[in-house]
Amino acid sequence: MHNARDNILNRLRRQRPEFPPQDEPASMDEGNETTLQQRIEAFTEKLRSVRAEVHLTTEQDWCHKLQELCRKKELDNLLYGNQGPLAEAMEKHWNSDDSTPRLVTLNETIESWKEPLFNDIAAAVTSVRTGIAQVGTLVLWPTLEEPRTYSLVPPVHFAVLHADKLYNTFAEVVEEEAWQEGMPTNALLISGPSKSADIEQTLSYGVHGPTELVALLVS
Amino acid sequence: MQTASDFRQRSEEALGNPQIRRNFRFAMDGLMAKRRAGLSDPREREQLRTQCAGIRVNALSKLPELLEQLEGNCTRNGIQVHWAESVDEANNIVLEIMRQHDATRMIKGKSMVSEEMELNHFLEDHDIECLESDLGEYIVQLAGETPSHIIAPAIHKNRHEIAELFRQKFPDIPFEEDPEKLARSAREILREKFYKADVGLSGVNFAVAETGTLCLVENEGNGRMCTTVPPVHIAVTGIEKVVEQLSDIPPLLNLLVRSATGQHISTYFNMISSPRKPGEKDGPQEVHLVLPDNERSRIYEDDELINTLRCIRCGACMNHCPVYGRIGGHAYGSTIPGPIGSVVEPQKIGLDTLGELPTASTLCGACGEVCPVRIPLPDLLNRLRYEGVRNNNDGKVKGQSEQRKGTEAWIWKSWSWLHVQPMLYRLAMRTATRLRSLMPRKLGPWTDVRRPPRIAARTLHELAREKGFDNA
Amino acid sequence: MERQRHYPEKPGRIYFFGTCLVDLLYPEASLAGMQLIQREGVDVIFPKDQTCCGQPAWNSGYRDEARAVALAQLKCFPLDYPVVVPSGSCAGMMRHHYPRLFKNTPQEQQVQALANRVYKLTEFLVHVLKITLKDLGTPAKVALHTSCSARREMGVAEEHEALLQQLGNVELVEQERKAECCGFGGTFAVKHPKISAEMVSEKAEHISNTSADTLVSGDCGCLMNISGRLNHQAEKIKGKHIASFLWERTNADSQ
Repeated sequence: MHNARDNILNRLRRQRPEFPPQDEPASMDEGNETTLQQRIEAFTEKLRSVRAEVHLTTEQDWCHKLQELCRKKELDNLLYGNQGPLAEAMEKHWNSDDSTPRLVTLNETIESWKEPLFNDIAAAVTSVRTGIAQVGTLVLWPTLEEPRTYSLVPPVHFAVLHADKLYNTFAEVVEEEAWQEGMPTNALLISGPSKSADIEQTLSYGVHGPTELVALLVS
Repeated sequence: MQTASDFRQRSEEALGNPQIRRNFRFAMDGLMAKRRAGLSDPREREQLRTQCAGIRVNALSKLPELLEQLEGNCTRNGIQVHWAESVDEANNIVLEIMRQHDATRMIKGKSMVSEEMELNHFLEDHDIECLESDLGEYIVQLAGETPSHIIAPAIHKNRHEIAELFRQKFPDIPFEEDPEKLARSAREILREKFYKADVGLSGVNFAVAETGTLCLVENEGNGRMCTTVPPVHIAVTGIEKVVEQLSDIPPLLNLLVRSATGQHISTYFNMISSPRKPGEKDGPQEVHLVLPDNERSRIYEDDELINTLRCIRCGACMNHCPVYGRIGGHAYGSTIPGPIGSVVEPQKIGLDTLGELPTASTLCGACGEVCPVRIPLPDLLNRLRYEGVRNNNDGKVKGQSEQRKGTEAWIWKSWSWLHVQPMLYRLAMRTATRLRSLMPRKLGPWTDVRRPPRIAARTLHELAREKGFDNA
Repeated sequence: MERQRHYPEKPGRIYFFGTCLVDLLYPEASLAGMQLIQREGVDVIFPKDQTCCGQPAWNSGYRDEARAVALAQLKCFPLDYPVVVPSGSCAGMMRHHYPRLFKNTPQEQQVQALANRVYKLTEFLVHVLKITLKDLGTPAKVALHTSCSARREMGVAEEHEALLQQLGNVELVEQERKAECCGFGGTFAVKHPKISAEMVSEKAEHISNTSADTLVSGDCGCLMNISGRLNHQAEKIKGKHIASFLWERTNADSQ
C-alpha cells in the first residue's frame, strides 16, 4: 500500500493550510508549589472519589497491611512478580507468617497462562512508578517482572506507591521524567476500578478491568 | 450505507417517540450538568480550550511531516504502519492481517473509525466473528443497531430496554434491571471472549509523532484488554489524530475527559509504543496501525473546512445541541451524529446524500461554545449550506451544489432583487402594511403550533420619517 | 464569539439600522430604540435606504444574494458613526459575518471598518451610553429570552439583564433552560418545522411556568416565534422587544 501512503502525503502537501494567528493561552498558576502532605491529601481524596481504596502505610508495615486486606477480602491467592521490586519484602513477610493467601507468580509468557489468569487468579499486586496528586492517578510502566495484565485481568488490583514519588500533575510527570526520551512498550495511567456509565449514565463499577483498586501509599 | 436523504422522516419519527425523547433528555441533561461541574472555573476552562485548540492547529499545520515522523517512530518501535486511501482499502488491510494469522475471532474496543469503515459487516461477510466489547457498543451490537452517540453508544436505550434485550439474547442468565448488574453480566459473557480472541482492534485518541505512541482513553478496561491480551493488536485511526509531541497529551487528555463526561480523569489512559519486546511476558506480538484517509486529505485542502479535522471526539457538541437532544443520534443517518457529524459526514459521504444535515441546526452556537478545541461549528455548518446550494461548482467539496433547487434559488434571487432597491422595498413594505388584513391565518406548518405574526399598521420607515429620524 | 470589546466614548451621532423584521412587524421596537438613544443626547440617523442585513440568505447558503443585499446596506453608513442594531442576529451578521462574506472582494477593508463599529442596541445603551433608567411603570413580572446570537455570537446576555434590573418595579423571573435556543433559526423553522415546533413549545411552556406577565426579548425573530406559540396556547403573556419595554416604562408620556 505504498501507493496509498504517497498519494495521501502528496495530497496533504498540495496546499499548505493557513490558519489565522492563534491566541496564546493565558498562563495558569497550576505550577504552584505543593507540599508532599498536600499532594498525599489530594491524591487520596481524588482516588477515593472514584471508589478506589487508599491506605496510608509505611515501609515497615505495607506487607502486613496487604496481607490483612487480602484476608479481609477472602482472597485465595495473590499474583505478584517474584523478580519484581516488591518480591523480597513480600516473601520475607509471608514466610514469617502463616503464608495466606497463596502467592502466585506466572512464568513464561501469557500464551501459557492466559486461562488461569482469567479464571483462577483472585488478585494481583504491582508496584507503581509514580502518582499524580491532582487527579488521583497511578502511573505504571509495566515491566518484565510485573507485566501489563497483572493490573488488568484479576478482579482486585493492589498497587504499592511510594508517596515521595507523587507529582502534582500529569504534565509534570511527562516533563520531569523526560518521557519523550524513551517510552516503554506500555505506559498506563490508572485512576480507579474499571467502570462504565453506558447504561442510563449510571456509574457501574467493575466492568472489564478490576472491580476493586486498592492503593497502598507508603510513606 | 445509511443515507440522510430521509432525515426529515427519521427525525419526525424520533420526535413522535416519547420513550426516545425521554431517554435523550435525561442523558443530555446529565452530561451537560457533568461538564458544567467538571469545568466550573471559567478562566481555567477557557485557558485550556485555547491551549488545546493551539495544539490541534499546530498539528494540522504540520500534518504530512508529523505523519511521516509518526510512521518512522512507530516502525522503529516495531509497530507496522498501513495507509489506506479509502474505507475499502482499510477494511482489506485489516482482513489481510487477519488472514496472515488464520484469525477468525476479533474482539473490538471502541472505535468510531471502524464504524466509519463498517468493519463489522465487512469482516462478518468474510466469516470473521467481530465482537464489540465496550458495554455501550456491545448493547448496540446485540440489538443490531448503530451507536447513537460517539461516547455513549447506547444512550438511546434505558435500563428496561437493555434488560429486555439481555433477556432475549441470554435467557439463561437471571433477569436484572440494575445497571451495575447488567454491566456485570456483560463482564461475565465477554471475559472468555477476550482470551479466546485472535486479534484485538481498537481506535486511537491521540497518536504522538515524537515518540510513535498510540494513546487510548477509556473507563471500562476493555480497551486495555483488546490491546493487551490477544496476540495481535490492530489500531485504526484517521490521519488527523496525530499530535506533535508528548507534552501535548496532558492538556488534551484533561480537556477531552472533562468535556466528554465531566470526570477529572478517565479510569485508564493507555499509551502503547511497541509490540511485546523480547523478555516481556504479555502484550501483543504484533501491533498494526491502520491510517485511513477517506476524504480527510480533501477536507484538509480548504483553509476553513480543515478545522473539521481538529475534532478530538468528546461529544460535547451533541450533548449541548438542542436539535440532537430532541431527535437523537439515529435520525442523522450518519456514523457521527450531532453538530460535528453534520459537518464531517457530508464532507466524507457527499452533500448530495447528506446535504440536509447542515440545515438541521438553528445555528444557536451552543456547540461552538463548548467545543474543547474551539471548532467554529456554526461557521462550518453555514459554509456547508453554501457548498450545498452554490451554483458555481469548483469540485472541492463532495456533492457540491446538489442541494440547489430551482424554486428555492428563484425565491432567494427575487428576495435579493427586492432588497437591493430601496424605493421598491419601501413601496413593497408599505403595501404589505396596507393589505395586512388580507394576511392569511394559516402559514403552513408555522401556524400549526403558533399564531401568525401580525403585520404593523405602518412600517418603521414611515414612523422614523414622521419622528424626524429619517434624515439621511 | 467575543469576550473583551473596547467601547468608545459617547458619540455625538449614530446610525440606526432598524432590521427588516422590525420594519414590517415590530416598528415600535426600533422607534423606541432610537428614542432611548436620542433621549441620552445623541443624534440618531435612520438612513432611509436601508432594507435588510442579508442574514436570511447568508444562513441559507445563498451567499451571492446575501452579498448583493449587504452591499446595498454599506452605502447607508458612509460616515464613521457607530451603527446600532436592535437585534442580536442582525448585529452579529454585520459584525462577524460581513467580513467573511466580503473576504477577498474590493470591499473587504470597508466592510471590516463597518463591522468594527456595529453595536447591538442593548450593549450600546449599557457600555457606550452608560444609560441609567428610572422605572415609571406599574409592577411587572418579566421573563427574559436572550437570543442565541446576542448570547453567544455578540456575548451580550448580561447587558439585557443589567438593563431590566435597573427597573425598580420589574421582577425578573428565570425560566428553566434559559440559555437554550427557542427553535426559530430563521429558515430552520421552515426547513425543519416539526423540530422547531417541539423546541418552541418547550420554550413557551418554560416561560408560562414562571407566571410572568411579560416576555421580553432583544430579538424579534425569537419574539415572533415564542409569542406566536404563547398566543396559540391562549397564554396571556405579552411579548415585547426590550427596547419597547424599556422606553414604555421610562418615558412619562407612555404611562
